[in-house]
Amino acid sequence: MKEVELNEIIASKEDGKYIINIGPQHPSTHGVLRFVVSLKGETLEYLIPHCGYIHRGIEKMCENLTYPQIIHLTDRMDYLSAHMNNEAVSLCVENALGIEVPERVKVIRTILSELQRIASHQLWWAAFGMDIGGLTCFFYGLRDREKVLDIFEESFGSRLLHSFICPGGLMQDIHPDFQKRVKEFIAYFRKKLPEYDQLLTGNVIFEQRTKGLGILTKAEAIDYGVTGPSGRASGFSCDIRKKHPYSAYDRVEFREILANEGDTYSRYKVRIEEMWESMNIIEQLIDQIPEGSFTAPMKAIIKVPEGEYTQRVETARGELAVYLVSTGDKNPYRMRFRTPNFSNLFVMNHLSAGAKIADLIAISGSLDLVIPDIDR
Amino acid sequence: MSFIYDFSSATQAIDQWLKANLSPTGAFVAELALVGLTILLAYAVIGLYLVYAERKVCAFMQNRVGPNRVGKWGLLQTMADLIKLLMKELIPIRKSDKLLFNVAPYLVIIASFLGIAAIPFAKGLHAIDFNIGVFYIMAVSSIGVIGILLAGWSSNSKYSLIGAMRSGAQVVSYELSVGLALLSVVIFSGSMQLSTIVESQANGWWILKGHLPAMISFVIFLIASTAEINRGPFDLAEAESELTAGFHTEYSGIRFAFFFLAEYMNMFIVAAMAATVFLGGWMPFHLGNLEAFNRVMDFIPPVVWFFGKTIFIIYLIMWFKWTFPRLRIDQLLTLEWKYLLPLNLLNTVVIAFLVLMGWYFK
Repeated sequence: MKEVELNEIIASKEDGKYIINIGPQHPSTHGVLRFVVSLKGETLEYLIPHCGYIHRGIEKMCENLTYPQIIHLTDRMDYLSAHMNNEAVSLCVENALGIEVPERVKVIRTILSELQRIASHQLWWAAFGMDIGGLTCFFYGLRDREKVLDIFEESFGSRLLHSFICPGGLMQDIHPDFQKRVKEFIAYFRKKLPEYDQLLTGNVIFEQRTKGLGILTKAEAIDYGVTGPSGRASGFSCDIRKKHPYSAYDRVEFREILANEGDTYSRYKVRIEEMWESMNIIEQLIDQIPEGSFTAPMKAIIKVPEGEYTQRVETARGELAVYLVSTGDKNPYRMRFRTPNFSNLFVMNHLSAGAKIADLIAISGSLDLVIPDIDR
Repeated sequence: MSFIYDFSSATQAIDQWLKANLSPTGAFVAELALVGLTILLAYAVIGLYLVYAERKVCAFMQNRVGPNRVGKWGLLQTMADLIKLLMKELIPIRKSDKLLFNVAPYLVIIASFLGIAAIPFAKGLHAIDFNIGVFYIMAVSSIGVIGILLAGWSSNSKYSLIGAMRSGAQVVSYELSVGLALLSVVIFSGSMQLSTIVESQANGWWILKGHLPAMISFVIFLIASTAEINRGPFDLAEAESELTAGFHTEYSGIRFAFFFLAEYMNMFIVAAMAATVFLGGWMPFHLGNLEAFNRVMDFIPPVVWFFGKTIFIIYLIMWFKWTFPRLRIDQLLTLEWKYLLPLNLLNTVVIAFLVLMGWYFK
C-alpha cells in the first residue's frame, strides 16, 4: 500500500473517494486512535493512522520530576502493563546507581509482571472477541481478569495504576495472603482458560475470519520493529525475558512462544499460549519467595550519577526500552521511552492492504494496541 | 374455559354481539378496530418482552444477572426504557434527506406489523387467513429492507450508508434461501395457506414427517432467516464494532426505538413462521395413532404450544447471537450463494421427488 500524505487525501476527496474516519471515537480503536481509511466498496485502498490524541508529554514531564515520581507517570503509558513499565524505570535507575535489590524483590517483581501479563492478555482476549463480533467473550475475559485485579487490590490498594515497583524495591511489602491468593487464582485460571478455546479458537467463523489475514513476515516484523506477541507470531524471536534476563527470569524455565504464520490467528494463538506460560512461571516462583526486606536501602533523594543508561523489559505488548540521560541531578536530563505499541501500530497500513473493514478491526485487535502507550 | 382450546367460539360470540347491536357497517368497522387494536397491543407487549428476554438470555450466557431493578426480576425494565426513549429528543441531522429520514423507521415497523397479522397464534386466533399466507409473509417481510436502505441513505452518514448497503446485499441474498426453505413445506402440504399447513400437521410435524429433507430445510431456514433479520452472527448491518451502529447510527429517541422494536418483532415473526411451518404451529405434538398419548398432548392448550415452540426457536436464535463471532461480508455472501442456495435447490428437487413418489410419512 502506498504512503499517502494527508493533503493528498483531502485532494482526492474531491474525486469522489469514499474516505471515512475510524476513530478517534470508535468502539474498536480502544482509545483515541484515528485511522483515515479510503474505501472502495468494502475494500480498503489505504489507511493512515493518526496518533497524538492522548499525548501528554510524559517524556518531557519526566525532566522535571524526581525518579520516584516518574514511576507514577509510567503507569499511565501502557496502563495494562503498569508493573512492567514501573519495573523498566526502576531497573534503569538501580543499574545506574549500581544497587543490587534483595532477592525477595526480584522474585515478587517477576510474579507481578507475569500476573500483569495474564491480566493484560485476558483483557486483550475479551476485547478481541468483541472486535470480531463475539460479545460474550468480553464478559468471560473480564470475569477472570477481575480475579487478578482483586489480588492487586489487596496487596497495593489499586487495580489498574499500581506504581508498586519503585527504584530500590517495592513501595511496601506484599499482603500476607498474596501467595495463597495467587495459588488460588492459578488453580482457577487453569480450569477457565480452556473455556477461551471452546468459545473462540475452534469456531469455524472465527478461524475463517482470522486465518491467513494480515500476514506479517519475519523480515517485515524486524523491519518495522514489531515486538512482543505480535512479533513472535511472525517467528521473530524477541523475548527480552529470554535474551536479556532481568529480575528473576534467569532462574525460571519457560518457553518463548513462537509461531511462523504471522497471521491474525497465530497472533491470537501466541497470546493464549503465553497465558499458559505465564502461569508456569508464577508456579515456579510462588513458593520460592525468599524472606527479607522489600526494598534495598535507598537515600531519600535519588541522584543518578552522570551518564547515559538504558534498560529493556518485556511488557505484555513487546519491548519497552528506557533511555535515561542524567547530569547527576535528582531529575533526569532526558528520559526517552521506546514503547512497543508505537512500532506495532505502524504495520497497520501494511497489514490491512486490500482487506475489508471487518478485517481492519480484526487486525488492529490482534495487534493489541494500547493508545496512551503510543502517544505517551 | 373451552375457548382456550378453540378461540373461534369466542370470536364468533363477539362477532354476533356486535352484529346484533350495530349496523352491518358499524359492526365491520368495530371489528376492524378491535382486531387492529389487539394486534397492536400484542405487538407492543411481545416486542418489549422479547427485548427483556434477550437481555436476560444474554446475561445468562455471559455470567451476569441482567436487568433486575425495575419491577420484580426487572420485568418492567423495558417499559421504563420505552418511556425514556419516548421522551428523548429526535435529533435532526443536517443535510439529511428529511422526508426519507422520517419515513424509514415507519417503513421498517409497518413491514413487521403487516407480518404479524398473518400469523396463526392459536386455533381461531388468526387475524388474516389468506390462501397465500406463506407468500404474503415473505412479501411483507422484504418491505423492511427498503426502510433500512432509506435510513442508511438519508442519514448523510458514511457509516450508515455502509451498513445499509451491507444490509441490502444480505437481505436480498438470503431471501432466496428463506423462500426456498418455506417452499419445501408448501410442497409437502400442498398449500400456502397457513391454517391448512397447520391442519396438515395434525398427525405429526413436517420436520418429522418430511424426515431428512425437511430437517435440512429447517436448518437452512433458521440460518437464512437469522441473516434476513440482520441478527448476529449475521448482524453486519449494525456491526457495532465496525460501524458503531450501522444504518441507525443517526437515529434517536422513538425513531431508534422503532428500528429496535422492529428487529425483535422480525425475530418473533421468523420464529413463529419456523414454528408454524416446520413444528406444527399451535398443533399439539401428535404421534400417528397413539390415541392416549395424543389425548394427553391435546390437554395442553394450543396457545401454549405455539408460544412454547416460538420461544424455543427464539432462544436458539439468541444462542447463536451470543456465542458466535460475526461473519465478514464476503463470507456471508459466499455462505449463501455457494453453499445454502445450491443445497436448498437440490433439497427442493428431492422434496418434490419424495412427494411425487409418496416417500414421506403421511
